[in-house]
Amino acid sequence: MGQSVLLIEDEPNIIEAISFLLERDGWTVRLHTEGQGAVDAVVANDPDVLILDVMLPGGSGFDILRELRQGAARPDLPILMLTARGQTKDRELAEGYGVSSFMTKPFSNSEMLQTVRDLSKGRKPVVSKDAV
Amino acid sequence: MPKIALTGSRIRDRRLALQLKQADLAKSAGVSASYLNLIEHNRRRIGGKLLVQIADVLGVEPSGLSEGADVELVHGLETVASQSPSVEADRVEEFVGRFPGWAAKLTDQNERIDLLERSLRGLNDRLTHDPVLTEKMHDVLGAVAAIRSTSSILVDTPTIDAEWRARFHANIDVESRRLAETSESMAAHFDQLTKDEAGYKTPLEAIAAFFEIRQFHIAELEEGGREAVEGILANAPEFEGAAARSLGRKALSVYAKDAARLPLNEFSISATEHNYDPAAIARAFDVGLPRVFRRLATLPRAPDRPEIGLVICDAAGAILLRKQPLGFSFPRFGAACPLWPLFGAMRSIGAPQRTTLKTVEGAVFKSYSVATLQERVEFDAPLNVKSHMLLVSADPPVDEGRVVGSTCRMCAAEECGARREASILTGRN
Repeated sequence: MGQSVLLIEDEPNIIEAISFLLERDGWTVRLHTEGQGAVDAVVANDPDVLILDVMLPGGSGFDILRELRQGAARPDLPILMLTARGQTKDRELAEGYGVSSFMTKPFSNSEMLQTVRDLSKGRKPVVSKDAV
Repeated sequence: MPKIALTGSRIRDRRLALQLKQADLAKSAGVSASYLNLIEHNRRRIGGKLLVQIADVLGVEPSGLSEGADVELVHGLETVASQSPSVEADRVEEFVGRFPGWAAKLTDQNERIDLLERSLRGLNDRLTHDPVLTEKMHDVLGAVAAIRSTSSILVDTPTIDAEWRARFHANIDVESRRLAETSESMAAHFDQLTKDEAGYKTPLEAIAAFFEIRQFHIAELEEGGREAVEGILANAPEFEGAAARSLGRKALSVYAKDAARLPLNEFSISATEHNYDPAAIARAFDVGLPRVFRRLATLPRAPDRPEIGLVICDAAGAILLRKQPLGFSFPRFGAACPLWPLFGAMRSIGAPQRTTLKTVEGAVFKSYSVATLQERVEFDAPLNVKSHMLLVSADPPVDEGRVVGSTCRMCAAEECGARREASILTGRN
């Protein structure tokens, strides 16, 4: 069985594009579309990599990130944060909470895919600062 | 001083029109030809008896040679010079005299740069703090991300299944419509912001606008007292609504009380005599520094008066009043530069501090700061601290000074340990 990604994202067309790309690459993609219950979804799905949006209905990606890093369930889970909020302070906040990688929307498909692959292998992804 | 800026050129023009030799005019006026040459090229100033003598030889009134010079041009270039310490400020008049076209262009461009920078600051503040724009920007980026990702898939996968192709085409269509709608509503929002530019979102903004429009000098309040306060409140459009009127009454009453205690004429003379040193003026009138700060900030602008700015904040650092001097930018929204002595003064309440500040652009100001406790009339009430910072342009400018900015996003300082976020001007963190 292939590796799995949990995608926490609320934009349906972004979900569809990312799911297509990952599934074509052999990943099993599971989905959660709101802030509420996101940590439980991580525990239940036990993914190899988490892709996390910042602005979600019913909660912030930053809060989810912090909770995951402080919790006992998956403190070392590789997390790619994907956000339209590309401000320096957001990036710094995410890094402070222990994000594995941070990409801003719009993103490059190939770069996103490579980042997920790197994260699953425990490698530090090479992501350009303002990847588009 | 600027009045005689182009006198030399006028003397030269008049002499040539009379076909008079420079040496002959010099001899008649009792000066050397070389000295007259310097005057004619605006490299030496002329006035008094010599001007009268030369005017007499040339058959014109002295005022015909000295008045009407392009004072505004000289003023404009002096402003440019005050912002750029490396230029030869003492040769402004000569420059205007020799290259009036270039001088006009330079002044014009400087004004334009100033205008653009103000617009940029305003837009930046809006983008950072306007929740409607933040939300719309999020929508735009979301739609762009979906379109970009989906269209890349279509381009990179020519053999994609027909069903997927149809779905992705539909998604692009949906997202492009969303993009168009959001862009349209953003444009409408910007349009509304422009219309609102003269309008006021809060009573504090209304009061700030009232003072800014009048450059902080309210002639009616100088001698009008309480009656004038009520007259302004009844007539000024900025004070519509109970909240604005209440805050306005407070601010205008403070002005009127300051004016009654420190009458304009007397205060103005004292300020000049003491070279705008607020401590010396406070001693002369036996009043506190905050009152002198406020009074200095309400002096009308004059060519021989330094640029004076004032900013007052509360204990949380929220700015309550700002009078921005030329050459020193205050943020309209959001937090200011943490290096301002305004904030440092709150560490030692009641102990005034004086320092020299230098903007990243090179303008130099003397700063005087003091934090004070508002008088309490009840026991065990929370402390109410207000900090004041007066800025007086330094003339002549000096090299030393603490480098400060407006706010991090608009500050181009290279090394700053207090930086909170990157500058949009340089991208530096």
